[in-house]
Amino acid sequence: MPDRLGVYGRLLGYLRPHARQVLLAYGGMVAATLLNLIVPQILKDAIDQGIASGMASALFVAGGIIMVIAIVRVAAGFAELYFGEWLTHRVAYDLRNGFYDRVQRLPFAFHDQSHTGDLMSRATSDVGETERFVGIGLMGLFATMLMLVGVVTAMAIENWQLALLALGPIPLLVAATLRFGRIVRGMFKTVQERIGDISKTMQESLTGIRVVKAFAREPYELQKFDRDNDLWFEERYDLIRQWADNWPLFTFLVATSIFLLLWFGGPRALSGEITVGSLFAMISYVLMLSGPVQRMGFLVNLAATAAASATRVFEIMDMPNEVADRPDAIPLEDVRGDVTFNQVYFGYREGQEILRDINFHVQAGQIIALIGPTGSGKSTVTNLLPRFYEPQSGEVRVDGVDIRSVQVQSLRRQIGIVLQDPFLFSQTIAENIAYGRPGAPQAEIEAAARSARAHDFIMSFPEGYETRVGERGVTLSGGQKQRIAIARALLADPRILILDDSTSSVDTETEHLIQQALQVLMAGRTTFVIAQRLLTLKNADLILVLDKGQIVQRGTHDALLAQEGPYRQIYDLQLKDQEDFMALERRLTLS
Amino acid sequence: MSKKNGDRQLERQRREARIRDLLPDEKDEEIFGRAYDADLARRLVGFNEPYRGRWVLALALMALTSLFAVAGPYLIGRAVDDGIRASDSAALRLWTVAYIVVAVGEWLSNRYRIAIMGYVGTRVVADIRSRLFRHLHRLSLNFFNNYSVGRLMSRLISDVGVLQDFITWSITGLVRAAFTLAGIVVAMLVLNWRLALVAFAVLPLMVWLTEYWRQRVRQVYRATRSRLSLINGYLNESISGIRVTKSFTREALNTRHFDDLNRSYFDANVDATRLTAIFFPGVDFMGSLATALVVGVGGWLAIGDALTAGTLIAFVLYVERFFEPIRELARRYNSFQSTMASSERIFRLLDTEPDLSERPDAYTLPAIMGEVVFDRVSFGYKADEPVLHNIDLRAEPGQRIALVGETGAGKSTIIRLLARFFDVTDGAVRIDGHDIRAVTLDSLRAQLGIVLQDTFLFSGTVADNIRYGRLDATRAQIETAARAVGAHAFIAGLPEGYETEVGENGVNLSVGQRQLVSFARALLADPRILILDEATSSVDTATEKQIEAGLERLMQGRTSFVIAHRLSTIVSADAILVMDQGRIVERGTHEDLLALKGRYYDLYTMQWAAHSA
Repeated sequence: MPDRLGVYGRLLGYLRPHARQVLLAYGGMVAATLLNLIVPQILKDAIDQGIASGMASALFVAGGIIMVIAIVRVAAGFAELYFGEWLTHRVAYDLRNGFYDRVQRLPFAFHDQSHTGDLMSRATSDVGETERFVGIGLMGLFATMLMLVGVVTAMAIENWQLALLALGPIPLLVAATLRFGRIVRGMFKTVQERIGDISKTMQESLTGIRVVKAFAREPYELQKFDRDNDLWFEERYDLIRQWADNWPLFTFLVATSIFLLLWFGGPRALSGEITVGSLFAMISYVLMLSGPVQRMGFLVNLAATAAASATRVFEIMDMPNEVADRPDAIPLEDVRGDVTFNQVYFGYREGQEILRDINFHVQAGQIIALIGPTGSGKSTVTNLLPRFYEPQSGEVRVDGVDIRSVQVQSLRRQIGIVLQDPFLFSQTIAENIAYGRPGAPQAEIEAAARSARAHDFIMSFPEGYETRVGERGVTLSGGQKQRIAIARALLADPRILILDDSTSSVDTETEHLIQQALQVLMAGRTTFVIAQRLLTLKNADLILVLDKGQIVQRGTHDALLAQEGPYRQIYDLQLKDQEDFMALERRLTLS
Repeated sequence: MSKKNGDRQLERQRREARIRDLLPDEKDEEIFGRAYDADLARRLVGFNEPYRGRWVLALALMALTSLFAVAGPYLIGRAVDDGIRASDSAALRLWTVAYIVVAVGEWLSNRYRIAIMGYVGTRVVADIRSRLFRHLHRLSLNFFNNYSVGRLMSRLISDVGVLQDFITWSITGLVRAAFTLAGIVVAMLVLNWRLALVAFAVLPLMVWLTEYWRQRVRQVYRATRSRLSLINGYLNESISGIRVTKSFTREALNTRHFDDLNRSYFDANVDATRLTAIFFPGVDFMGSLATALVVGVGGWLAIGDALTAGTLIAFVLYVERFFEPIRELARRYNSFQSTMASSERIFRLLDTEPDLSERPDAYTLPAIMGEVVFDRVSFGYKADEPVLHNIDLRAEPGQRIALVGETGAGKSTIIRLLARFFDVTDGAVRIDGHDIRAVTLDSLRAQLGIVLQDTFLFSGTVADNIRYGRLDATRAQIETAARAVGAHAFIAGLPEGYETEVGENGVNLSVGQRQLVSFARALLADPRILILDEATSSVDTATEKQIEAGLERLMQGRTSFVIAHRLSTIVSADAILVMDQGRIVERGTHEDLLALKGRYYDLYTMQWAAHSA
């Protein structure tokens, strides 16, 4: 509970910078509410004096006053609605910006663990829930309270005995709406979960549609879907029945209040104890309550869900940032590309050892091949270099400088990464290539694309470099994506390069083009290759064989092949095919 | 102040210019903008057809509810006039009791109305979703190549969700409001027609206000929706691409771009808010204006004694509710627009014709030996773009055929035609002499085993996934299949063995393990003909060996068509078909083809060159 209070306090903090709007919104709300409370009094006088006493002028005056009130109330209503909604959207804007900024800065370790879907739902539905509460919801709660107090007071002043009788059902109504809000929230959650189930089933069936069709399993998939769909139906129908059981009942409770007024108040008016106008005013007051009280259940509910949602949003926003630069960090400039790993240990968690005692030195411009089974730590080594993760101990040096003592952004600008399945953004091809150097001139973009052997296929699209990638544009093949990623890295012109040369499923000709592009890219840069190919290994200045997080062998291809050890095993099992093939080719070429 | 405002305007214009290209084009906007489309509405109504009886009942109850609701103020008026003013306590008691009886009636009729409409609405939504999902399963793979799962899911979830709100709340809300409005008009006219006309005098003003609002709000709501989808799209992409962003140190720039989108959405929302903040208090004002007119003009009438206190009270209560339907309509307006856009998209999907269907006289393919013949087969995905030309090929039962060639040469198309994911444009594909178009799809595919490059696994256990090949397989059969392809060892090593959950799309397993499971799945189905698109993803050496062994076991004794990437597969094939631009340009064994020094030779020296470059 104190936790939840803390969340509310923090949410209110989002309103603080907008004190002027808060003041106008709440001022408008109070004014509109009070003005609403006056109207029955005017009508009361009109009825009692105008009609009962036959004074027509009293009716004209009443009409006039109502007009004046109406005009003032338009202004108040505008302020209430406009600034109330303004605050809602403003808080949403601030929350989204804060969230986005934080997500951008969270460390790799965080993104390894998190799911896009989960982050998206926090950024959309949770932020939505939160903004509605902080803006309009909170104001609605205050308005309801004010209305409740106002009506009770006004009725008590009118006739406290009658008020006591007539308001009898109101606490019941309040209790009922609050209870309803609570029940419905639980059921609503269940319905949402059912939707989640359906959507999981459908998504899977559609993603695997090829398998479904290959095994002719459509009936089975439809059966699964029907089960989920029917479950959803049951839950949602239950929810609506709950609605049917409660909502009309609320209206009825208000009607009993009016019934009590007529039953007990009517005879008094008949005997002249109270006036007809007074009775009418009390009926009006009771009617005024019905809307706000019915909403109360939802507002209280909204407050509760908003606290939960806001907690989920703040959870992300409070995550520790990625490694901060030291205060005395210097920018890394004019890098040659010397890299040293010195007794580096790494684990994602305390006590976990993904890398153990990694030591090596690479001179500028050299090629380092990393080889070893899946999970041996190859990628982890390359991830420590741009400081995506921090070593637990030991140090990584670039040109002899400990990378922890430089500004991380300046370090990363010197490092280019090309992975097997590169991620492209749904922007134009030109924008994708210029991702690392926004604003690069078109000529340079094209030059990079040419070097990456991408220019020709880019020009084959009707819109050339302005073709959008992704759903609203072209779908690129794996080989095309890879070449664009190479062009992207080329344009950024890093001194150090991290590559993954695993065979992707591209045809031989494309493969050939990609290899050419990679050659251009590697020229003159220190290159780390997660290697699968014999030829890469043969060309490497240094091969590091990793196993279970340790360097178990190091040397050149020839040196390693000459000794017994893991490299020889890998060679025999995996690389020898390639060698055999080359031999076969040679034989055929000679013959 | 005005200078500040001007600056802000200028800043906003610049911001909008920066994101203009990202917004949807005119054609989409047309769809987004429409608030009502008779054709779409008619089709939506069509989904309600099976529930006509319930609808009739619900409409009757709605009418009843409205009648009761309208009766309330009338009865209060009578209680005042006939009871209090006439000093008749019996009449007072009578009208008071009548009031509560009517209230009970309203309560009950409303309760059943909501329940019935809840049933119909929810049922209709379930029906639409089901219709859509079933329809998707009838469409060919060609369709799925052009339509991403993400987009389909947004049809099935978001668009159907929009319809759900509309069908459950908007329709009934509006119908009820219309009934109530009609009831109030009649009641007012009956009570005092002159006063009623006075109250109605504000209607032209009301129409003007509504029109003013409607014309502007359409544009504005559209702007908010398109900007919201921009924000969500960008957010999604930023999260998925975070690693690229970090390696290129684009964080600050991305944050600025996001702020542009976010701010633009905020601005659009404020525009919408401004309209709302004018409209709703405006409607309230009209209500007050009508009340003031009634009271004021009531003054004239009162002199002539034509106005009683009860009538005035009833009138004041009516006028308050008179504008409720307009508020209701306005509140639902945004949802109308989205409903039309959503149903447009849903119906467009439903209208996609399945491009592959069974003949009415299709028969069950009997048990086959596995002979495959392509007889002068031509094919194109689009009418004027042939992909395959005059393909002739024959595979004897048990033969292994390797397809090689560049991307786009037509290899995948051949195996797709064999599995009848598409129909040939010309010629015929025959299995054991049966034209595959003459047999039922189920019986055909039941005898084919298809293993695709991206091995898709369903969430569930390992055993569930293998069982997908034959739903009635026993546990022993599953294990036998797993053993045969060499998957048993790793499965047994999993925390819960065969009962281990593989996770969404098999994330709990490695790439190689997923492949082995998919082999076991295909083996369990025990097809006569095997179609294989060999995967080339990088797996470690040991797994690679296992996969090769598993493949070997899988192909044994079956006619196999393989899109080959592994040298070992190619070398061991009975026939290699080299494809180029939709034609078979060379055929023969590995040694034959290398000796030929033709296309095959080129392909492999190129690969060799790639490796040695």
